[in-house]
Amino acid sequence: MSGLPILSLAIWVPVLAGFVVLLAGSDQNSPLARKLALLGALAGLLVTLPLYTGFDTTTPAMQFGELHPWIRRFGMNYHLGVDGISMLFVILNSFITVIVVLAGWKVIQSKVAQYNACFLIMSGLLNGIFVALDGMLFYVFFEASLIPLYLIIGVWGGPRRVYAAFKFFLFTLAGSLLLLLSLIYLYLHSNGSFSILEWHQLPLPLETQKWIFLAFLAAFAVKVPMWPVHTWLPDAHVEAPTGGSIVLAAIALKLGAYGFVRFSLPIAPDAAHAFSGLIIILSLIAVVYIGFVALAQEDMKKLVAYSSIAHMGFVTLGFFLFSSLGVEGALVQMISHGFVAGAMFYCIGVMYDRVHSRLIKDYGGVVNTMPKFAAFFMLFAMANAGLPATSGFVGEFMVIMASVKFNLCVAFLAASTMILGAAYTLWMYKRVVFGAVANHHVAELTDITAREFLVLALLALGALGIGLYPQPITEVMHSSVDELLRHISVSKIQ
Amino acid sequence: MTLAEMQFVVPELRIASAEIFVLAMACLTLLVDAFVKDKKRTVTYVLTQLALVGAAVATFATSSEQVSYTFSNMFVGDLMGDLLKYLVYISVIVGLFYSRAYILDRPEMAKGEFYVLSLFATLGMMVMISASHFLTVYIGIEMLSLSLYAMVALDRNSIASTEAGMKYFVLGALASGFLLYGMSMLYGATGTLEIPMLSERLFRGEGDFIVSFGLVFVIAGIAFKLGVVPFHMWIPDVYHGAPTAVTLFIASAPKLAAFAVVIRVLVNGLIFVSKDWQMMLIILSVLSMAVGNFAAIAQTNIKRMLAYSAISHMGFMLIGMSTGVFQGDPRFIVDAYSSSMFYVVTYVLASLGAFGTILLLSRAGFESDEISDFAGLNKRNSWYAAIMMMMMFSMAGIPFFVGFFAKFSVLQAAVASDQMWFAIAAIFFSLVGAYYYLRVVKVMYFDPPASTVPITATADVKLLLSVNGLAVALIGIFPNALMVLCATSLSRSITIF
Repeated sequence: MSGLPILSLAIWVPVLAGFVVLLAGSDQNSPLARKLALLGALAGLLVTLPLYTGFDTTTPAMQFGELHPWIRRFGMNYHLGVDGISMLFVILNSFITVIVVLAGWKVIQSKVAQYNACFLIMSGLLNGIFVALDGMLFYVFFEASLIPLYLIIGVWGGPRRVYAAFKFFLFTLAGSLLLLLSLIYLYLHSNGSFSILEWHQLPLPLETQKWIFLAFLAAFAVKVPMWPVHTWLPDAHVEAPTGGSIVLAAIALKLGAYGFVRFSLPIAPDAAHAFSGLIIILSLIAVVYIGFVALAQEDMKKLVAYSSIAHMGFVTLGFFLFSSLGVEGALVQMISHGFVAGAMFYCIGVMYDRVHSRLIKDYGGVVNTMPKFAAFFMLFAMANAGLPATSGFVGEFMVIMASVKFNLCVAFLAASTMILGAAYTLWMYKRVVFGAVANHHVAELTDITAREFLVLALLALGALGIGLYPQPITEVMHSSVDELLRHISVSKIQ
Repeated sequence: MTLAEMQFVVPELRIASAEIFVLAMACLTLLVDAFVKDKKRTVTYVLTQLALVGAAVATFATSSEQVSYTFSNMFVGDLMGDLLKYLVYISVIVGLFYSRAYILDRPEMAKGEFYVLSLFATLGMMVMISASHFLTVYIGIEMLSLSLYAMVALDRNSIASTEAGMKYFVLGALASGFLLYGMSMLYGATGTLEIPMLSERLFRGEGDFIVSFGLVFVIAGIAFKLGVVPFHMWIPDVYHGAPTAVTLFIASAPKLAAFAVVIRVLVNGLIFVSKDWQMMLIILSVLSMAVGNFAAIAQTNIKRMLAYSAISHMGFMLIGMSTGVFQGDPRFIVDAYSSSMFYVVTYVLASLGAFGTILLLSRAGFESDEISDFAGLNKRNSWYAAIMMMMMFSMAGIPFFVGFFAKFSVLQAAVASDQMWFAIAAIFFSLVGAYYYLRVVKVMYFDPPASTVPITATADVKLLLSVNGLAVALIGIFPNALMVLCATSLSRSITIF
């Protein structure tokens, strides 16, 4: 392994690139700002690639570790490391950043430098969340990442952007403040340590574990988002610019689920078992009820937002079945959803840029004017519905398999997503793409440009690649997931 | 008493040399100003700044690790005092830089009095910080307050300003009365006004229920000076009515001095009745966080909003002060009180930056004190908007800005003393608070510009404001040094008996 601090680079290269882009300044320099941003995003992606190539799949231990004292007064360390669970998200996030910069290339015409800088800085902060092994470092990245997204929604968003930005910020902050308190509690009861790995080994009485679990739940459930604290997501998605929606769906939603794996399950395993029924019920509500809600949407972005909630319900369901199939399925689902939901929002963005409407009824017969686009959109719609050979299928199938072993009733409800997902996605697709040309807007549509083609092709590669050959991804996770399950099967009560 | 016993002993003046220097310079400045013809009062301004720099040098030269007393134990020199004095000098110096252009635009204020009064107020704060006797505390507070009353009413043609000055004076005088009354009761109960001696007598179990009575009045007086609920009535009106340059002054350095008084009186003097005052501080703290944060939401004037925010921040600061002694166990004293100190210092830093930005946007005849005046600031000048945004996020307690670690350290003090409900109340109110800070960011970034007048600033203000903004971010990323500084200086200065 080379001596480079790869994880630090993964965090700080995009952040620094963001500040450099900011220096490009006013809108006269937009072309320069865009190029710098793309360069920064590519550099950010490049530095994360050694994580995959140099990764040792045989060990569940943290790799690429970095440990420096940060705030000695409170025993906080700049402690980074990745395992099979977090490594993939770092790469996914860095990849999505490139997509986002490309997605905003033409559409964003005002404050271009600030727009791109926000995304680059956020990309670094999000990487920080995934690689932090110090509780406070995690929290600092977790909360700081709210600021760029708040600005992205608020400055470049739609008509109700202010409402959406505030709702997003305050909902998340409300949850994460409780997380802060439980981090402080753990710090004070572990002899002044903020190390997440030490907390994993910390014995705790059941009562305490339950409180900690609930505080974690408050933070992560809002972020996932789980029913009934999901209401900020449709608003945020609808108002955010396309790039914001992509990051929100592809990465930001994964933070909550990642929090469950890194914090809730290993730190409070007994409480996790005790509350698993509750989480499973909430997940099933998300899958079934939100699936029906999605069916009724007239706004495409809202529809995909609700479908995201339903898909994330699958993820939380997978975690709390406590089987390796379920956890791995959930993780695959998270990665796949990153590609597919990102791509869905991008497709809607492509149409919105041309017609300036997101309502399904304003479209119809798009295939006649945009055949190439329709083909891509078809692929992603199928992936969103969980068609075999697409990435959407792999994760869902694994989770359903795991739930069959767990309880047939749960499995039945979970499997309903196969029908519901297909129904809302394909029905939307049919109404938007097929049929006769609905109005003159659609008639005037032009097919995708080379840049849009590139973005869609990259995303399609991910969605199809995982669907056809998920091995490279599941292989990385194996030992970490096994270790996680072994860890949480042992009681921490003493 | 024989003649030999009545020998006059010259007190050790070295420890108080900074105070003596500032006093001399204030008198000199007053004299010189009488003969200055220049409308800009450049000489007065430069002399004032020099006096503050000189004071810093004097403090540095006489600084010692030991706690030393002088003037018959009425005056103390120690590390905490030195640290707080440096911070007072810095914030007054920076404040004067920020205010310079604002004052020159307003002929009513562009007189020597502003500078001389600033110096006297600074002297008052220095005396408060170094007080180890109740009378010294009182003299310091009065010297600060009387200067501030006059400064608030300095713009005598403005009705709001004179009204604010009047309100401040009447309520301030009442609070001073409370304080003095409380001190007299403590004296009656224990027979001493010396703070270390008081502590010793309380430790030996002297004093009776009258101590508690006296304590109530002392706390009421101090609470007034800190501006915490229910003794906060003056804060919004004074912040709002005073000229912004004066608001900046009130909102920064005096908080540091008031914190020093809290440590001197409550910790060094009255720690053995901490059971009584901790409960009182908890009530003050929760009420301040509640009233401050909720009332701030309704404000449209940014100075008034920041006034309510100041009330809530003092409430947060009191979290640390009220969780030091836990079930009679003083283990957490340094942890808890230094978290409060860190909180005050970082608050002053953010407050300076926020009011500095308001001053920057104000011009001749235009106050820029409505929140809507900040509309579209990002379009007009993205760097100033970024600085104001950092101040707002810092006050809201969002990382990577220093306000987050301030909030973290008082919260951990509350959790360490097993008062989880207190911490939960605090995070609830900080969530409420986040709303109105976010609103300022929203106005600056999401709204179209309200004015196209270019923002002009002198190079020194540009530089200082940038340094101020970067400090909030950099100390937010590397807070360890400041935390350790607060903790060590405080631990050296707590003299329980």
